[in-house]
Amino acid sequence: MDRGTLRDIGLVCVADALVGISFGALALAGGLPLWVPVALSVLVFAGGAQFAALGVVLAGGGAVTAVVTALVLNARLLPFGLAAADVFTGRPWRRLVGAHLLTDESLAFTLRHEDPRQRRMAFWVCGIALFVVWNLAVLVGAYAGSVLEDVNALGLDAAFPAVLLALVMPALTERGTRNLALLGTAVALAATPLLPPGVPVLLAPAAVAPLLLLKARRARTP
Amino acid sequence: MPLLAVLVLAAGTYAFRIAGPLAARHLDLERLRAPLVTAAVVLLLALAVTSSVADGQDFTGWARPAGVAVAAILAFRKASFVIVVLAAAATTAALRLMGIP
Repeated sequence: MDRGTLRDIGLVCVADALVGISFGALALAGGLPLWVPVALSVLVFAGGAQFAALGVVLAGGGAVTAVVTALVLNARLLPFGLAAADVFTGRPWRRLVGAHLLTDESLAFTLRHEDPRQRRMAFWVCGIALFVVWNLAVLVGAYAGSVLEDVNALGLDAAFPAVLLALVMPALTERGTRNLALLGTAVALAATPLLPPGVPVLLAPAAVAPLLLLKARRARTP
Repeated sequence: MPLLAVLVLAAGTYAFRIAGPLAARHLDLERLRAPLVTAAVVLLLALAVTSSVADGQDFTGWARPAGVAVAAILAFRKASFVIVVLAAAATTAALRLMGIP
């Protein structure tokens, strides 16, 4: 694996660690027992959904609302799993363990590469590193994180969209992909004030699906 | 949050994660790979853009989208990943320091 990718994954780990610390700190400051943020981080391992569930619970909402809100946010992992399916080939345990390591970041790092071996490396290195860092950070936050309750002051909430943008930018140099992505994004943006969080981003690929299939068919017929 | 809720959320999330790789065993990946990757890129861009302007259904304020816009320009001009990400965070943090939410 090349140095550049390792360094980039390292940077994402640092940013994720700070967010994980704030997650642990917020959960305990909100009066939840330690096992809740720890179990969420190990078993759910999806930052956006964890914060959403925590937000509902801390605002006094019911557990059902928290679970549904977080699950809608995580529905995007299904199309992500399809797009990265080639990295899970091999023994069945790889598929079972690897699936749990699927996140926005590990998918985006995978898509940055074309070569199958490099795709696999990018996915596993990013997935394992983030899993370890994220869970340790949540523990640190739970014990000593009151200093870092407001990561927004550090601008970290802008770092995550920036990570995704930087990782998809090379794919957007292809005109067809770029037009579809802009169209899908426009649909998602228009839907954002109207629909529950998590649904608008699913509308993006759904809206362009007919064009996508047309493009694929045209590419096959010589 | 009761234990059952955490377990249901974990199981549901894992189901979303494993569904793709399991379904892919029965699909012709060679043929579908290009459209699936494009669909994922479309979703990732939509996620990046919507999460930079909105928290849930509400506008975030200008600091975050401004930071992400700086990142977009730098990424477009092929700046290194580290520069792009740090510039986004620094821009947003600086704007907040100046009192822009």
